[in-house]
Amino acid sequence: MDPRDILSIVFLLAAAPFFLAGTIGLLRFPDVFCRLHALTKADNLGLGLIVIGLALQADTWLQSARLLLIWLLVMLSGATVAHLIARTALRAGRKPWSGRS
Amino acid sequence: MTPGLLLLFDLLLPAVLLWLAWRSLTSSDLFRAVILFIAFSLLLALAWVRMEAPDVALAEAAIGAGVTGALLLVALARIESAAGRRLSPSARWRSAALVLTGTALLAAAAGLLWSLRLLPTMPGGLGPLVDRHLAESGVDHPVTAVLLNFRGYDTLLEVGVLLLAAIAIWCLDEAVPFLQQPLESQLLTGFNRMMLPILLLSSGYLLWLGSHAPGGAFQAASLLAAGMLLALFSGASLPAQWSGLPLRLLLVLGFFAFLAAAIIGPLTGRALLHYPPAWEKPLILLVEWLLTLSIALILTAAVIGGRPTGSRLYPPPSSPSAEGRRQ
Repeated sequence: MDPRDILSIVFLLAAAPFFLAGTIGLLRFPDVFCRLHALTKADNLGLGLIVIGLALQADTWLQSARLLLIWLLVMLSGATVAHLIARTALRAGRKPWSGRS
Repeated sequence: MTPGLLLLFDLLLPAVLLWLAWRSLTSSDLFRAVILFIAFSLLLALAWVRMEAPDVALAEAAIGAGVTGALLLVALARIESAAGRRLSPSARWRSAALVLTGTALLAAAAGLLWSLRLLPTMPGGLGPLVDRHLAESGVDHPVTAVLLNFRGYDTLLEVGVLLLAAIAIWCLDEAVPFLQQPLESQLLTGFNRMMLPILLLSSGYLLWLGSHAPGGAFQAASLLAAGMLLALFSGASLPAQWSGLPLRLLLVLGFFAFLAAAIIGPLTGRALLHYPPAWEKPLILLVEWLLTLSIALILTAAVIGGRPTGSRLYPPPSSPSAEGRRQ
């Protein structure tokens, strides 16, 4: 097998746990702040690893650059949206979970 | 990928789609229904990718999930009470609705299957026919050739329907602001500074791409609309002197430019929508550019859900009596 393929597989497999953990966190965590925390991990690191895995398979470096650009844009919007949701929740009076409820 | 895995994917995707559609339709919580609908649209886009129709996938993701999702969420925010967001149909009506919808769906499916038999059988579908005539269309991408040349009247009527929808929405009421206060945040301001130019650029890129690769007016328009909505959510607003006649002209510009291009044919002794030879590419590009602008504005207008507030009346009230009727 091409070493490039092996590297791709390694990166893609490394991404899967982040998405799994992010999804479980989104479903199981106690409040909106914890859930956002879980979700942004999947978006930032999980997607980043997938993008690296796919960029290795691209035919031209331009395609790889476009994949990287998508990752950067998703991180940018993910961070902004998470901030807006958290701030709106905080202003609406949601108390962050303290483990004593 | 091995055929077995692909088969698994092909079975799993429609199953999840059906499940999401069912959950979205039967959910009694409207917010949950909207989120399920957005998830449904995104997976539907994936199904189009799987069927190797990237153009439809792009349109589905951008318009189906993006703009329609925003439209539904904004509409939901307008329903004031939390009680109004829950549906509690009586059991009797629910079973009646189920029977009625089921019958209608079965009838529609039977009608579709029956009309399928009436279609001329053509090996390979219409693809080879389009490929044979692609050189005459003025563009290098078969989907754009079909949408703006071979089957131009479909697209023309589609844009007409969109325009009618926007007119109907404007007739209903003035827009109510969908946020009590704009989302003021330094992070959002910085985000907008970076994102708005990128959205504008990628919209133009998708539009240009349409002449030789997946992309085109509708996809570019929804990106443009996304940019405008982002600006609106952040508190930007159209200056009052632009939201009268100039905005209305821009809304109808795409449709009338398309109509004008369509009429060139009959005027020069050809069929409707038959562009003069050697003029196809510039005409298609011009129509697409203007369509993008108009469709983006129409989509934005639909999400806003009413005439722009604080805009000057058009036509301006000419007499005190006209002014009186308004109030």
